[in-house]
Amino acid sequence: MVHFSAWSLLRRAFGGAWPEQWRSPEPRDAYDAVIVGAGGHGLATAYYLASEHGMRNIAVIDKGWLGGGNTGRNTTIIRSNYLWDESAAIYEHALKLWEGLSRALNYNVMYSPRGVMMLAHNHHDVQVFRRHVHANRLQGIDNEWLTPGQAKAMCPPLEVGSTSRYPVLGAALQRRGGVARHDAVAWGYARAASALGVDIIQNRAVTGIARGTDGAVTGVETTRGSIRTRKVGVVAAGHTSVIMAMAGVRMPLESFPLQALVSEPVKPAMPLVVMSNTVHAYISQSDKGELVIGAGTDSYTSYSQAGGPHIATQTLEAICELFPSFRRLRMLRNWGGIVDCTPDRSPIIGLTPVPGLFVNCGWGTGGFKATPGSGHVFAATIARGEPHPIAAPFSLDRFRGGRLIDEAAAAAVSH
Amino acid sequence: MLLIPCPWCGPRPENEFHHGGEAHIARPADPAAVSDSVWADFLYHRTNPQGPYAERWRHQYGCGRFFNCVRDTATDKIVVTYKPGEARPE
Repeated sequence: MVHFSAWSLLRRAFGGAWPEQWRSPEPRDAYDAVIVGAGGHGLATAYYLASEHGMRNIAVIDKGWLGGGNTGRNTTIIRSNYLWDESAAIYEHALKLWEGLSRALNYNVMYSPRGVMMLAHNHHDVQVFRRHVHANRLQGIDNEWLTPGQAKAMCPPLEVGSTSRYPVLGAALQRRGGVARHDAVAWGYARAASALGVDIIQNRAVTGIARGTDGAVTGVETTRGSIRTRKVGVVAAGHTSVIMAMAGVRMPLESFPLQALVSEPVKPAMPLVVMSNTVHAYISQSDKGELVIGAGTDSYTSYSQAGGPHIATQTLEAICELFPSFRRLRMLRNWGGIVDCTPDRSPIIGLTPVPGLFVNCGWGTGGFKATPGSGHVFAATIARGEPHPIAAPFSLDRFRGGRLIDEAAAAAVSH
Repeated sequence: MLLIPCPWCGPRPENEFHHGGEAHIARPADPAAVSDSVWADFLYHRTNPQGPYAERWRHQYGCGRFFNCVRDTATDKIVVTYKPGEARPE
């Protein structure tokens, strides 16, 4: 693997093609563990299995190309200001890993802590967000309350006037929040994992999970042959229910299309990420200059990776009210991804009723921000065969015991 | 936007309707008598298939009535809608 540095970039500038950054091997007959899903979470899991737990005889398998699902479709927002201590622990664990990720992977993931501001439009929003600010302070997580004037100072294009269709009564700001480059996250983890010996197998769908007479996992069936393994980690996001059904496990999940859009590129206008849960508009500006806009979910479950146009229209109408100067911008692209939502809007990370089968899913509409932390604690869970302490509250079993972690307000996308 | 055939009103645009989740999930007759697993299955676990799926809709801004619908979640095409109490058609 070529080590990236100013010197190596300069040397390549004078000739020679860049080598491939990860191997594309033919799969072996057997592995110590197989990760199903080569998105950010799955690749991060493989990377930490290899780098921290010495499990290098492992594979990541995907029905498409790596990073081609929700990793390549999200709006790249990173923050950790959730409500409950369990959530704060895992999202803050992820945020701390984001801060050193480019160096750890020797790959620039373009993590940009430019701040994330969540707007309050009514009395209820004000109460909820102030409660979050107080909870976050107790958790040692930065989150501060802004007046409308302070919000306007943070984001000049924002309309905060009292005659606005959606008046801004205040905002919660997490300064350490921000964005990262979604593709670079998948590529960086893939490159680092591959260098440690992880086989990344693309364009091969898992069609079955083989089990022995004792019920334990013995391998996976794929569209091009079977692979033996004693440990399978399912990190299949919106398609988790489909994969888990192959092992006879019913999941507390529903899959919905979630849409996003980007505008034509313009000069820098948005200094930070602005989110409005109540009118459903998320907006930030990419380094290319496009405004990246997050819309809502459709009301019905679907795997079609396309949502109804009225969902995106509703978000654009809200954006035009909140940011009048963006009204004449044209949208370049609009797409959907399939997100797996749990009843309490918190993820599921851990063991399943099937020995050897592990699952990391339920990140719903906001999984990108958790990518490093999710992979880190899931790798420990797979390697040790017991939940990592941060992952323990997010067990699949919590729905049977009633220990739900209700983040319906903090998870932000209205469901 | 889906065009949904209400069994009483005929085809109407999706934004007249409210999605009601998976159909044919029966509440245990005596909740106190069932195990936590059975209760969790009723409350939380869903089939969530990629393919034909029986779901409930309510014609919220129309006749106001619930009905059931089989829709293919891979294509979003509606196969059939039918009245509550009727069995899922083959």
